[in-house]
Amino acid sequence: MTATAAPAAEERSAPPLTTGTARAAGLLAGVVLLVVAVLLSLAVGALPVSPAQVISAFTDYAGTDAHVAVRELRLPRTLIGIAVGAALGVAGTVIQGVTRNPLADPGILGIEAGAAFAVVTAIYVLGVTTVTGYAWFALLGAGVAAVAVYALGASGRAAASPVTLALAGAAVAALLTALTSALALLDSGTLDAFRFWVVGSLAGRDLGMLAGAEPFLLVGVLLALSSTRALNALALGEDVARSLGQRVALSRALAALAVICCAGGAVAVAGPIGFVGLVVPHAARALVGPDYRWIVPYSLLMGPILLLVADVLGRVLVSPGELQVGIVMAVIGAPVFIWLVRRGKLVQL
Amino acid sequence: MTGTLTRRVPVRSRTFSRLLDLRLLAVCLGAVAVGLVATALSVSLGEFPIPLGDVAATLVGAGSRTDEFIIVGLRLPRALVGLGCGMALGVSGLIFQTLVRNPLAAPDVIGVTGGASLTGVAILILGAPPAVLPVGAFVGAVASASLVYALAWRGGLSPYRLVLVGIALAAAFAAGTSYLLVVGDLIDVQRAAVWLVGSLNGVTWDEFWPLVVGLVVLFPATAALTRALDALSLGEESAVALGVPVQRARLGLVVVAAALAAFAVAASGPIGFVAFIAPHIARRLTGLTGASALPAAALVGGVLVMVCDLVARLVLAPIELPVGTVTAVVGAPFFLYLLYRANRPVGGG
Repeated sequence: MTATAAPAAEERSAPPLTTGTARAAGLLAGVVLLVVAVLLSLAVGALPVSPAQVISAFTDYAGTDAHVAVRELRLPRTLIGIAVGAALGVAGTVIQGVTRNPLADPGILGIEAGAAFAVVTAIYVLGVTTVTGYAWFALLGAGVAAVAVYALGASGRAAASPVTLALAGAAVAALLTALTSALALLDSGTLDAFRFWVVGSLAGRDLGMLAGAEPFLLVGVLLALSSTRALNALALGEDVARSLGQRVALSRALAALAVICCAGGAVAVAGPIGFVGLVVPHAARALVGPDYRWIVPYSLLMGPILLLVADVLGRVLVSPGELQVGIVMAVIGAPVFIWLVRRGKLVQL
Repeated sequence: MTGTLTRRVPVRSRTFSRLLDLRLLAVCLGAVAVGLVATALSVSLGEFPIPLGDVAATLVGAGSRTDEFIIVGLRLPRALVGLGCGMALGVSGLIFQTLVRNPLAAPDVIGVTGGASLTGVAILILGAPPAVLPVGAFVGAVASASLVYALAWRGGLSPYRLVLVGIALAAAFAAGTSYLLVVGDLIDVQRAAVWLVGSLNGVTWDEFWPLVVGLVVLFPATAALTRALDALSLGEESAVALGVPVQRARLGLVVVAAALAAFAVAASGPIGFVAFIAPHIARRLTGLTGASALPAAALVGGVLVMVCDLVARLVLAPIELPVGTVTAVVGAPFFLYLLYRANRPVGGG
């Protein structure tokens, strides 16, 4: 219980980045990697574009096919990837921190399924058409699902163990997914639009959609950045956190709000994309150790890097077709989840 | 175990001697009665209601041609396929739950149904003849069961590790399924999507006969393995001490349970949560544990699917919901309730 991230079964060696300077340098390296990922995302695809052409598309726009592909298709897609990746990475980090559960992820805990169900209901039952409207419903759905899963996982005879929380999330997700597909099946036009949205994709979304959800993502990320101290305290256990002067209920509520804003906003733009929130915090923790003041900024960078690389992979793997990024993430994320489950005794963070 | 002596009566003839459990008998007879009523209602009610008298007349060959078409051509196969699927799922769920000694295990929770769905959708989308569907679903179910088993094995089989690995694999399979749905033609996709929620809409005798063949083979196989199942439910050491060839028996049970799930999935698509709740209801009603509750689990499963299908057809008439929606609405809260009650990180059975 004292160590925040070290698994009991296999004692983990100290993270590679221990000093403040090393961590800051790591952040800088992250920025460089992100720039590389952005360039890849702009250059790679069915129509390959050279790096020089990518740059000239912005400095010296000539309307060639390559320039149009970069500016009209790949730029929005990349920007959305950055925003959604950052939001999901941060959401996963905060939810792992606040539940002290290494298996937590907005997808696995049913939060994304809740947002997806709310959005589909809003579109096809209530006739909502604006992205801001979707975002509000996504937030509502994410919030209700999060509260339900946490209440179910945490109530009962013992505190929420990693396992019960994951199981409660899986059950809630299964229920909501069944309801969502039932709604979509009622009409084939709906199904046609729905099947592209529900796999989780960055393609075919315009910047207007991002703008509609941006306020929610910003609020979520800011809340997350401001709760890092509280997460550090909560990692020591509720009693210690209280004795350190934390208002536990308030910090939990703010952190949960951050998760709901990030996950709900991300789903409203890109559809449900699982496992980003699972993988990113583990990678960040492996680099910088258990201090959330560093983990959260690292997740903010690693989320977009992971999502953009997964998106580029999806374009390359079945070229000239495309694998949606939600599918690529499941293929990357499921083995990570299984590895986490297998690597020894599951401990609370 | 109180009252076991008083409520069991021996049934003997020259070649046969068994203890007959009266409560089990009562539950089974009750389930059969409810099943008959549900079948009668299911055949009689619908867009063209047919009075029960005319139903009876049609079944003995004295009905009008319209009635005969509606009953024999449409509603009867639907009712019987529902019944058969439910029975297969109930038995499959009970085998899995007893085998891994985990009340939360079910083919749909541990990814077996997900594997069957993936191969099933692949067959529907790639345009293979429908007769191949049961074979494909069987291959998918057995392959995924082995994969879950292998990945969860770590010097022993922790029930919770099995479920968590199953959740991750189910997510990966679902991603593969979504990919197939995205690349397919809309007409195939629509067929596959309806099939995927688990639906008896449009089921004909073509689905009925493979299912019957499957059940005729697999129920006796299950009966032959009940002793081994009961022994394994006491733990591996006890099973060895009782003289059960543990590895072979376990393999046989996994194959039979996966095959049962596969035949049900092939006929109707994955009807969620039935395999999970039917054994629980059966155990609760009969007060039995382990393999002795098998007959009750089968009958409860069959009745459950039929009643849920009746609700699915009538609740939003004339729209027919997929039965999987109704079973999810019933089953998911029950799953969460069980989780809430047994909210301790132990491998209860």
